[in-house]
Amino acid sequence: MTMKVLSGNYAQSYAALLARAQVISAYPITPQTSIVEKIAEFVASGELDAQYVKVESEHSALQVCVSAAALGARTYTATSSQGLLLMHELLHWASGMRAPIVMGVVNRAVAPPWNIGADHADTMSQRDTGWVQFYAESNQEVLDTVLEAYRLAEHRDVRLPVMVTEDAFYLSHTVEPVDVPDPATVDAFLPRREPHAVLAPGRATRLGSFTGPDHYVDFRQDVGAAMERVREVLPRVEQEYLALVGRDLGGPLPTYRTEGADVILVTMGTLTTTARGVVDDLRAEGRKVGLAKLRVFRPFPDDELRGLVRDVARIGVVDRSFTFGRMGPAATEVSAALYTAANRPELTSFLAGIGGRDVTPHEVRRMFETLLSGEAPATHWEDIEEEVKADG
Amino acid sequence: MAKLTIPAQELMYSGHAACPGCGPALAMRLLLKGLGPRTILSIPACCWTVIATPYPTTALGVAVLDNPIEATGASVSGLRAAADAMHLKDVEVVGFAGDGGTVDIGLQSLSGMLERRTNAIYVMYDNEAYMNTGVQRSGATPRGAWTTTTPVGEGVRGKPEPKKDVMAIVLAHRPAYAATLNPSFPEDFDRKVERARSIEGPRFFHIFAPCPPGWKFDSAETIALGRLATDSGIFPLYEVVDGRLRITRKTGELKPVTEYLAAQGRFRHLGAEDAARLQSEVRAEWDRLLRRERDDLSGSH
Repeated sequence: MTMKVLSGNYAQSYAALLARAQVISAYPITPQTSIVEKIAEFVASGELDAQYVKVESEHSALQVCVSAAALGARTYTATSSQGLLLMHELLHWASGMRAPIVMGVVNRAVAPPWNIGADHADTMSQRDTGWVQFYAESNQEVLDTVLEAYRLAEHRDVRLPVMVTEDAFYLSHTVEPVDVPDPATVDAFLPRREPHAVLAPGRATRLGSFTGPDHYVDFRQDVGAAMERVREVLPRVEQEYLALVGRDLGGPLPTYRTEGADVILVTMGTLTTTARGVVDDLRAEGRKVGLAKLRVFRPFPDDELRGLVRDVARIGVVDRSFTFGRMGPAATEVSAALYTAANRPELTSFLAGIGGRDVTPHEVRRMFETLLSGEAPATHWEDIEEEVKADG
Repeated sequence: MAKLTIPAQELMYSGHAACPGCGPALAMRLLLKGLGPRTILSIPACCWTVIATPYPTTALGVAVLDNPIEATGASVSGLRAAADAMHLKDVEVVGFAGDGGTVDIGLQSLSGMLERRTNAIYVMYDNEAYMNTGVQRSGATPRGAWTTTTPVGEGVRGKPEPKKDVMAIVLAHRPAYAATLNPSFPEDFDRKVERARSIEGPRFFHIFAPCPPGWKFDSAETIALGRLATDSGIFPLYEVVDGRLRITRKTGELKPVTEYLAAQGRFRHLGAEDAARLQSEVRAEWDRLLRRERDDLSGSH
C-alpha cells in the first residue's frame, strides 16, 4: 500500500487503473474532467493497457461501454450532471443488457440556470434505471468503493452496472491522503472479468432482441431480482475487501452513535462528515442524537433502516436535491421504507446544500434541534429559511 | 457476361420476417455472404430489428447486438475497442442501420465513429423513409415522394425538400473506404464487400434498398427497380478509396428518370415539370461524378 494525496477525481482514476479497466470511454464535463484526463495519462504512459475511446457525447460514451461490455470487456466511464442526463436512455440499456459497467459520477446541479456546484439531482433522476448507486463521503471511500463496485457488478448473482458518486468540488477537487492498495492485492480481490456475455464472434446469437409481453416481463424481473441479490452479495464482497485490503467499507447504511438515540439524522455524501462532528458536540451536551449515512441508494437499505429506528422518536433526512411536488427524494425513500416499520418515527425532510451551497455545522446543529424540539415540520428548507430570517 | 463470384455460404436464413421483395433483406443476405461468420453486427431500431425475428429466435447466423436508434456509430466503436482489448482475431465489426437511424438521429454518432477512425464497416441501408414505423419521411426521402407525413394534397405534393447527401457527409470525414452498393448488381456488391474487407479503418456502405409497401410497387419488381435506379443515374454505383472515386457501373446513356418514377406509386402525383427538374439534377450529379472520377484518375484534385 502507498499513501498518496489525491482528489476524489484522482481516486476514481487510480481505482480504474487498479481495476485494469480494458475499455474506457468518456466525454468531458466539469467537474468530471480530471478523472478522464488522469486516465488518459495512464494509458499514454503504458501504465494502463486499455482502449480509450474518446467520443463526441456522453450518450456515445455509455454506448461504447455497453457494446464493449457485451463482448466481455471490463469498462469504465465517468460523467456529471447534464452528461448523466444525456446518458439516461443508455442507463436503461446497460442494466437491461446486464452490462457490469462501473461509472464514476461527480454529483453536480442540473441546469437551468447553469450551476456546477454539488447537488444530487443528477443521480436521483436516474433512480429507476437499474443501476446500483453508491454515495461516497471521502476520497478514500471513492477509491475503495470503485474497486468494490467492479466485484459487485461482475458477480455472477448480480451482473448489473454500478455508479459511484462523489460531491462536486467537496470531493472532486479537494485533496486528502488516500491509501492506494498495491496492484497485487487488488488483483487478488478483483481477478480478470470472466465474461458471461452470450455475444461472441462465430456464434449465431443476439443480445437485446425484441419480445412481446410474454418474455419482456421475464427480462425486467431478472433485473429486479439481480438488484435484490445485491443485498446478500454486498456484505460478502466487503468481507473480502476487509480481509485483503484491511478496510471495512461499512455496508449500505453505516451508523454513528445511534445507541439510545431519540432522533437520527440521515445524510448522504460529504454532508455526513459535517454531521458527525455535530453529533459529537451534541452527545457531549447529553443530547441523544445519532447519525446514519445513506451510502447505498439502490437497492435501498429498507431492513437496515427499519432496524435502526426501533426506538427512535424522530428522523430527519437531508437531501442535497429535491423533487418538484414532493419532499426530498431520499426522504421520500426513507418514508416508504418506514411505512411497514413496527415503530414509525415522525419524519422531516431537510433540503440543504442545493447547487453547492455550503452546509455548516451550525445548520446541521439546527436540524437536530428542530427534530429534538418535537415540532418538526414535514419539509424544511434549512439554509434558505435561515437566510430569510437573517434578511428579515 | 460477368463471372458468377457470389459466395455460396448463407448466413441469413429462411424464416426471417421481411416483407416479400424486401430490399433490406437482400442487402443483408449479400452482405453476410461476403463478410462471413466472424461478423458482429450492431443493429439499431429499424426494419431489421423485426426482420431478424423476436426472442428467442434469430434469422442470422452471426452475433448480433441491438442498440438504440441513434447510437450505431458509438456501438461499433465499443465493439471494436473490446475486440482489440481482448485480442479477438479476424473479427469484422459492422453497424447495420437504416437511413433515418443514420442521416437523421444517428448522424452525430456516425460522424464520431468516422472521425475517431474506428476500424469497422458502417452500413446504411436506404429505403428512403422510416419504414418500420409506417413510412414517415426521413432526411433520406427524395423530393416529391409521398410518405405518411408528407401526404399529397392541395398544399403539399409529397416531400418538399431534397434528399440529404449522405455520401458527401461521409466523404468529408475522409473514410478509408466508401461505396454505394445495390443488391440488383450482386457481383459489384460482393466485390465491394471484399474490397472493404481488405482495408483497415472506417468504411461506409450506402446500400440501395427498395421497399415495396413504402414505395408502392409490386414486390416481384424489386430487382428490376434497383437496376432502373442505377441505370437512370438515380443511384449511381461508385467507390472511393484513398479519396479517389471510381464509378463501377457505366452503361453509356442514362435511362430517363420518368421510367423510374412511373414504376412507383409514391411518385404517382408528380407531373412533367417535377420529372424534368429531377432529370436535370440527376444529369448534373452524374456529370459531377464523371468529372470527379477523371480528376481523381489524373491526380489533379
